[in-house]
Amino acid sequence: MIETQTLWIVIIGLGAGSFFLRFVFLGLIGDRPIPDWILRHLRYTAVGFLPAIASPLVLMPPATDGQLDPARMAAGVVTLLVGYFSKSVLWAIFSGAVSLYGLLYLLG
Amino acid sequence: MSQVNGAFWSGFRQGLPFILVIVPFALLFGVIATEAGLSIVETLGFSVVVIAGAAQFTALQLMTEQAPTLIVLASALAVNLRMAMYSATLAPHLGKAPMWKRALAAYVLVDQVFAISSLEYEKRRDMSVAAKWSFMIGTAAPVVPLWYLATYLGAYIGSAIPPELALDFAVPITFLAMIGPALRTLAHIGAAATALAVSPMLIWVPHSLNIMLAGIAAMIVGAAIEKRMGGV
Repeated sequence: MIETQTLWIVIIGLGAGSFFLRFVFLGLIGDRPIPDWILRHLRYTAVGFLPAIASPLVLMPPATDGQLDPARMAAGVVTLLVGYFSKSVLWAIFSGAVSLYGLLYLLG
Repeated sequence: MSQVNGAFWSGFRQGLPFILVIVPFALLFGVIATEAGLSIVETLGFSVVVIAGAAQFTALQLMTEQAPTLIVLASALAVNLRMAMYSATLAPHLGKAPMWKRALAAYVLVDQVFAISSLEYEKRRDMSVAAKWSFMIGTAAPVVPLWYLATYLGAYIGSAIPPELALDFAVPITFLAMIGPALRTLAHIGAAATALAVSPMLIWVPHSLNIMLAGIAAMIVGAAIEKRMGGV
């Protein structure tokens, strides 16, 4: 259970922090140039952090107490591959959900 | 004035198709948040104050795992670090706009708004600063209100969804789905592969810090590959 006070600290802190990240160059730095090495690292934040969050949940799902689950594992692989080849987030989610439900049903 | 007005509606039209991406994602957030025990007001507050789906899912996931608040904030903000890159990319175009306009632009600077606007600014270099700003607000006009509305709807129907639907897996599926299309170069693939491998290997590190460590390692790998390949 998430406590109400903690929750609002996170909502407001995350809101303020996200606004800061969006505003920092646009509002505070204006049109001065930004060092290349900073931009080069920032380009890889999304492809770095999204898999870092997803992969433990795929390999050790909390729903099975961290035990490797064939249905969830296969659904994860399908989602990643369909996303890569179709270049479509929605198709990837759809394929992942279909394989998850299909396998959960088949494997009981 | 008419150029500025035209820019708004041009942005609006280009933003419309992204409703198809925004609405299911916001619905899902609404459902997952209420499943995690949040009230409708709290769920909607999240979407209005933060407007960043991936960071919201990250924060929610870590809170349900009872991670310390500082780690929740640091990890979710790390997911949003890419916003600083968006801000830096748009600064040469909007940096001379009045402060309130830049503040509003920053608030609506979500992935889709950035993608459409940065492409348009590259294509049409003759746009005035005022027209560029109107264009960007135009792209956000269909996307942002529907982000709120769909979150609300998701929260409203969320409590009616049975646990057999295995929604525990919505976060990893959604995140993996976002990774695939983003893997445009070898550097992106190297970064993603690093994170996929390192994060589970460091699962023993306390406070869910494996996410921060794996994400930082991935950024370093991505940047190093890009540099070696001579920039992309």
